[in-house]
Amino acid sequence: MSQEPLLSLEHLSAHYVSQQGTRVVRAVDDVTIRLGAGETLGIVGESGSGKSTLALTIMRLLPTAARIVGGKIMFEGENLVDKSDREMREVRGKRIAMILQDPMASLNPLFTIGNQVGEPIRVHEGVSRANAWERAIGLLKAVRIASPQTRVAQYPHEMSGGMRQRIVGAIGISCEPRLLIADEPTTSLDLTIQAQYLNLLRELQREHGLALIFITHNLGIVAKMCDQLAVMYAGRVVEQGPVSRIFNAPAHPYTKALLGSIPRMSDNRRQLTAIDGQPPDLSSLPAGCSFAPRCPAAFARCRAEAPPEFAVDDGRTARCWLAAPGAAQSLAAQAAK
Amino acid sequence: MKQYIIRRAGYSLLSLFLLSLTIFLFVRVTGDPTALLTEPGASADDIEAMRHQFGLDQPLWVQYWHFIASFLTGDLGQSFYYRTPVLDLYFQRLPNSLLLAAVAMALSLLIGIPSGILAAVRVDRFWDSAGKIFALLGLSLPQFWVGLVLILVFSVYLGWLPSSGSGTFLHLLMPAFTLGWYFAAAHMRMTRSSMLEVLGSEYVKLARLKGLPEALVIGKHALKNALIPVVTLAGINLVVMINVAVVVETVFAWPGIGRLLYEGVTFRDFPVVQAVVVIGGSMIIMVNFLVDILYALIDPRIRLES
Amino acid sequence: MTVITPPETATLAAGPAAPSTAFWRSRGFPLIPVAILLFIAFVAVFADVLAPHDPQIGSLARRFRPPVWQEGGSWAYLLGTDHVGRDVLSRLIFGARVSMIVGVTAVLVAGVIGTLLGILSGYLGGWADQVVMRVTDTWLALPALTFAIFLAAIVGPSELNIILILGLVYWTRYARVIRGEVLSLKQREFVRLAIVAGCSKRIIMWRHILPNVINSAIVLATLMLGVVIVTEASLSFLGVGVPPPKPAWGLMMADGKKGLMVGYWWLTVFPGICIMLMVLSANLLGDWLRVKLDPQLRQL
Repeated sequence: MSQEPLLSLEHLSAHYVSQQGTRVVRAVDDVTIRLGAGETLGIVGESGSGKSTLALTIMRLLPTAARIVGGKIMFEGENLVDKSDREMREVRGKRIAMILQDPMASLNPLFTIGNQVGEPIRVHEGVSRANAWERAIGLLKAVRIASPQTRVAQYPHEMSGGMRQRIVGAIGISCEPRLLIADEPTTSLDLTIQAQYLNLLRELQREHGLALIFITHNLGIVAKMCDQLAVMYAGRVVEQGPVSRIFNAPAHPYTKALLGSIPRMSDNRRQLTAIDGQPPDLSSLPAGCSFAPRCPAAFARCRAEAPPEFAVDDGRTARCWLAAPGAAQSLAAQAAK
Repeated sequence: MKQYIIRRAGYSLLSLFLLSLTIFLFVRVTGDPTALLTEPGASADDIEAMRHQFGLDQPLWVQYWHFIASFLTGDLGQSFYYRTPVLDLYFQRLPNSLLLAAVAMALSLLIGIPSGILAAVRVDRFWDSAGKIFALLGLSLPQFWVGLVLILVFSVYLGWLPSSGSGTFLHLLMPAFTLGWYFAAAHMRMTRSSMLEVLGSEYVKLARLKGLPEALVIGKHALKNALIPVVTLAGINLVVMINVAVVVETVFAWPGIGRLLYEGVTFRDFPVVQAVVVIGGSMIIMVNFLVDILYALIDPRIRLES
Repeated sequence: MTVITPPETATLAAGPAAPSTAFWRSRGFPLIPVAILLFIAFVAVFADVLAPHDPQIGSLARRFRPPVWQEGGSWAYLLGTDHVGRDVLSRLIFGARVSMIVGVTAVLVAGVIGTLLGILSGYLGGWADQVVMRVTDTWLALPALTFAIFLAAIVGPSELNIILILGLVYWTRYARVIRGEVLSLKQREFVRLAIVAGCSKRIIMWRHILPNVINSAIVLATLMLGVVIVTEASLSFLGVGVPPPKPAWGLMMADGKKGLMVGYWWLTVFPGICIMLMVLSANLLGDWLRVKLDPQLRQL
């Protein structure tokens, strides 16, 4: 990245603390990510890896049981962690927008589409109701919804799933944010609609110069949509970098396993490969690397000490002892013994 | 929508039928109907005449038919004590009960809804705990006790409020509060849980993500959704209130339906008792029906269900 | 008292009239409520020994004596005397017996009828279910107190009658909840296995269904205890409860009302406190049980 990144998370950590303070769940741990303007970042991980929590952390909308315990969220040069709740409200919806997974649940059943789409515009830009209504129609058009004039006066339950998700998208871009976070936006859509929706997002991104963070567990979508990729495991980012380079030569065993587990048509293997074991309990992580119990390449040091992030090459990092400088040689030396 | 109305209407009719049947059967079968339906102190001849007049020597279903027919034509019998048709008596007293219920309901909503919202928004903190205590007491304390204690404090010791009768606004305060406290607690509880459910919903989350001020999130998005069940509950409770006010009206000598029931029981004026119960039950069944319809109107989802 | 919640389904969904202190953080065993209930039970059982005076005999010469700490009171009549000179404390003690007996028995009667009908209705389905449910809905539409007053007016008051009346009025609440439980139990594996294995309906209901709904029944019973006692007290207060001269707390308060305007507060306040303690304890206990025995029961 040549200029100042749009969003820069630096060693960000957010933990859930139980009421008595006894159980601590390290939902987001030491996350460092950089995203430039107009870029697309994919965040991939199993359920429970912390990806959704990370999104909420960036928006500073963590539930009361959780809090940010360290790190920075630098957005357009400001640290969002320092902002008060009132200041964050200026950011949310206006400079950073977010789309949630289930469009039916995201829309308030008692208000019209026009009301809900125009709402952020009314609140952030102070325009009149009539003005916001017109803008809403325009936004519905922008997300390719047919006959927007009729649709705008209807209620959420009168729309199909795909339409609802587009409406949620319209809400997202309504105030022309710089960054849009999409948390599994296609998971609840039919396969046939998914492709259309992804294309729409790409077009919107191009038209509005949006940076996009795509949270998903689907590597196929990442391949199609994203420039950069961050792989999360147990709350930590284990590998990060340009998508094509990671796909071609994954540095972290977890990434390798994820990519390897995707069944391909050209495969002539008999069995599907899965990753052994279960995702860890985030409230009692093992000492050392959190992936070590399931890692086929783990060795002694992995279980003893948690690895920091190492630079693999330009713009790529991996949180693995195998990626440590000189690791290759020492392993070879060990093998030669 | 029409299907829905028809279904509900059929339901309510069935309930009305069962209600009348229940009351009829209890009187005819378990008690001594002749004794109940004749004035205390009647001679043996009178009793025999009554027995014939009420058709108590006829088969049960014929009696039931007469029972229903007379009720539907508005003949609810004659009060022994007041010597006037019961229906007239009833409608004479009804406005008083309505007034009391209306004020009590207003109080219960004014106290119940805001405290429920506050408890939900500040869940598990001070206001929530305070609300819980208020609710617990309201739902546990017997009404007559609350009423009597209020009389003790405000009439006997402080002398601020009149202890019985009706007429001025001051007369209304204590009975309305006593009647309303229970329902304030019920409404508070319902508002709180409904609010909590709504506050955890995805659309509220999205509202926050849109950067809306908290007041708008709660006041617009959460509130309307949360209040639906509360409002419908309140509607039903208004009618329930009229019918359960018997204790309050007795304590404060408020001349309403409840007091009429009390008099009926005390003076062995059975036609009055029977009428109050039948009308009361029917009222509640009907208001349940109306509220069902209202529900469908408020919530656009149900409207287009068919 | 009935509070009918808005109908979401085709049935009038009236939950038990007991207060839901569900949001009370009931983590610890409710020691005080249980202690209070046990104490009241103890007093009820040993009333003859504990009461300093005969609760039904009084002397007009000693009427309206105030409690011992007020001027005019004496240690012989710790909590004062009533309008015919009877000792308040003794009447409170014997009143505990009435409350306990009537309350517990009525709850049991309602519970047995309601659970039975709930199981039959839920398990057998068909017209049995329809009949029971329609009756339940209709009877739930009638406020409990009104219904009870009506029945009391018909059959006349006596301790037994009151128990039966309260049982009749409140069984519907059990039936509704138990039926719901049974409906979901019917879908469970072990019931289906029993059916496949050829067990008769009666055996299934008795051996498999019943033990599983006992928990709910117990929780309901404790919650209902408070409500039943308030209703019984209300009935007594209105003069259609347990007949005088037997001491019932509600009746004492009705009598006490006569002296209220003149400031004879102890006749009203003490019975009221007893009722309140018993009801609150029953409610808190019931709520703790609800959370403890089965978190699923939260919807009660």
